[in-house]
Amino acid sequence: MTTPRTSPPPVGAPVRRRADPADPAGPSGRGAGAVDLGVRSVRIGPVALPVAPRSVLVVVLLLALAVVVAVCSVLFGEIQMGFPRLVATLSGEGSAFEDYLVMDSRLPRVVNALLIGLALGMSGSIFQTISRNPLGSPDVIGFETGASTGGLVALLVLGSGFAGASVGAVIGGLATAVVVYALALRNGLDGLRLVLIGVGLGALLLSVNSMLIVQADVYDAQEAGGWLVGNLAGASWDGVGWLVVTVSVLCLAAVGLSRPLMIAELADDSAAGLGQRTDRLRMVAIAVGVLLSSIAVAAAGPIVFVALSAPQIARRLTGASGPNLVTSGLTGAVVLVLADHAARELFQPRQVPVGVVTGLIGGAFLAWLLTREWRKGHA
Amino acid sequence: MTALASPRAEQRRIGTPRRVAALVGAAAVLGMTVVLSLMIGNEWLSPGTVLRELVDPGATPARDIVRGLRLDRTVIALVVGLALGAAGALMQALTRNPLADPGLLGVNAGAAAAVVTGIALLDVTSAGIQIWFAFAGAAAASVIVYVLGSGGRASTTPVRLALAGAALTAVLSSYVNGVALSSQAAFDTMRFWLVGSVVGREISVLGTIWPFLVAGGLVAAFVSPALNAIALGEDTGRALGVNLGRLRILTALAITLLCGAATALAGPIAFLGLVLPHVARHLVGPDQRWVLPLSMVLSAALLLLADTTGRIASEREVEAGIMTAFIGAPLFIVLVRRRRLAHL
Repeated sequence: MTTPRTSPPPVGAPVRRRADPADPAGPSGRGAGAVDLGVRSVRIGPVALPVAPRSVLVVVLLLALAVVVAVCSVLFGEIQMGFPRLVATLSGEGSAFEDYLVMDSRLPRVVNALLIGLALGMSGSIFQTISRNPLGSPDVIGFETGASTGGLVALLVLGSGFAGASVGAVIGGLATAVVVYALALRNGLDGLRLVLIGVGLGALLLSVNSMLIVQADVYDAQEAGGWLVGNLAGASWDGVGWLVVTVSVLCLAAVGLSRPLMIAELADDSAAGLGQRTDRLRMVAIAVGVLLSSIAVAAAGPIVFVALSAPQIARRLTGASGPNLVTSGLTGAVVLVLADHAARELFQPRQVPVGVVTGLIGGAFLAWLLTREWRKGHA
Repeated sequence: MTALASPRAEQRRIGTPRRVAALVGAAAVLGMTVVLSLMIGNEWLSPGTVLRELVDPGATPARDIVRGLRLDRTVIALVVGLALGAAGALMQALTRNPLADPGLLGVNAGAAAAVVTGIALLDVTSAGIQIWFAFAGAAAASVIVYVLGSGGRASTTPVRLALAGAALTAVLSSYVNGVALSSQAAFDTMRFWLVGSVVGREISVLGTIWPFLVAGGLVAAFVSPALNAIALGEDTGRALGVNLGRLRILTALAITLLCGAATALAGPIAFLGLVLPHVARHLVGPDQRWVLPLSMVLSAALLLLADTTGRIASEREVEAGIMTAFIGAPLFIVLVRRRRLAHL
């Protein structure tokens, strides 16, 4: 069970394909040298960004993929639509029905999915970097559960409706993070202890959620139960502006943190020497990560497994062992748009909540990932 | 490696008299919680009244309260607590994982998913049939987790099993949610089933499943000595003459029998199997032959206490499954904090 801090995390260890021409570190590239090789630093004002050529390529490809997937999700489905009609509708020349389908139904959903996926992917990447454990994601260590507890309290106890639930989710997520970290801090922060305490507190909060659901009357309970799964079906333009602002500010903050975080991850042996600064850096990173995941919960309810799986996919795409913040965020966006498309179209005429789809796909993905890693002799 | 990693060093410190004292003390606590469970509720009875009604029931209102209202749930809590305590101890010893818990390794989720399927899709309402679904689900989940956790060249490690369990739990919870939200009637039935509770469950179920509980308990007792031998590592166990394959299968069988039966009786109850084996090891050291019975007795006592306090905790009764989390989670966090991580 113990993972000494100096050894690579059991599952999060970077997977390098041998003789990969795009990977300048090559097959021997493990350990500290692997991260720095092929990484150029790009300075924009006070912020220095580590940039690896392969990562840049992956980011560009993921951006393109996100756009393609988003457009396809608007075009295809039970009702198909041609690309020219989409352009016409977007420029205000569509029929009333097309206008409804694109502007009121599909597009806000896709935009919400992109933003929420971005937030979840980045948040997961931050936490997995800090805890050095793929299980250190906000959906496993109770932060998303805490956010949903906050939302449920607002919905069921205070009766404040879904807007109140969003505020409750952010407060609940932050409060959970504060408690988990306060409990996990003891002679510095230890990733494994953090995960364990998060799992324990998460289980407690899950019980609180069940209690709230059981004590409510059946109508409220079902409404809250629907929220509790994570759903984008009711997504509208109302929250998008707010979401764009908060998510972009936090994402910029996260990207700014990515270089120092990478150093903190590398400089483990000298962590004592860096002491205070490393801890303060972690605190800031944690605050950003918690806000990202709480905002995601506030917008659509707790959508599981995106925060866990996106950084894992991103690591395999870039082959870099750093925080991979941008790639993780973009992967999260792509994954969530795809999952929501499946949730929308797969069981027509009925729709399932996207949280059910991400749980099924993400869990299966994790299982596949684990067996594949183990077959290669990792962990 | 784990809390079990240094049995010799700890065995020297904890002698047999102390172990016997711990077991006797735990049994006394269990006895007290049984009496408390019969005493406390809307109507408080004196211990004397309770004992008199148990031995020689008269035609008094107290008889209806003790026999009619509180005896069934007390018996169910007792049995479920014993079973989950044993299952948790076995699971932690087998996987050498201090975090192993029927809830964490996906067994509860498997049972829940199967029962939910039965309720929602096949319209199974009778508890007598639901338990077979719970069994099948628990068994399937433990097989899947084990296959996932032991795939590949190297042998099963605690981390793998925990990760595989977490993955399976997430998949199954999504499935349960998806099914539960599909109809209001199904949702209303299942939100109560999904919270582990010892009230409103049918005592007649116990009549059907007691053979499984007894069988599970016997297998558990049978494998305990061999589990000691693998505490230092599977290679050491093999060197000591343990047939690892057979040991794993038998232990998994016992866990499935015990968890399946407990979940069929009370629904998914988390934390009992996680926390109490730790407490037991703290009291008697890592010897499985002592940890197993002590963890059973302590689990039963805690579940009874959880159920009893849940009755008076608020105006509306709080289910035992929720109370165990309230009691168990802080205890678990204290354990994680106190122990040096090298031992976790």
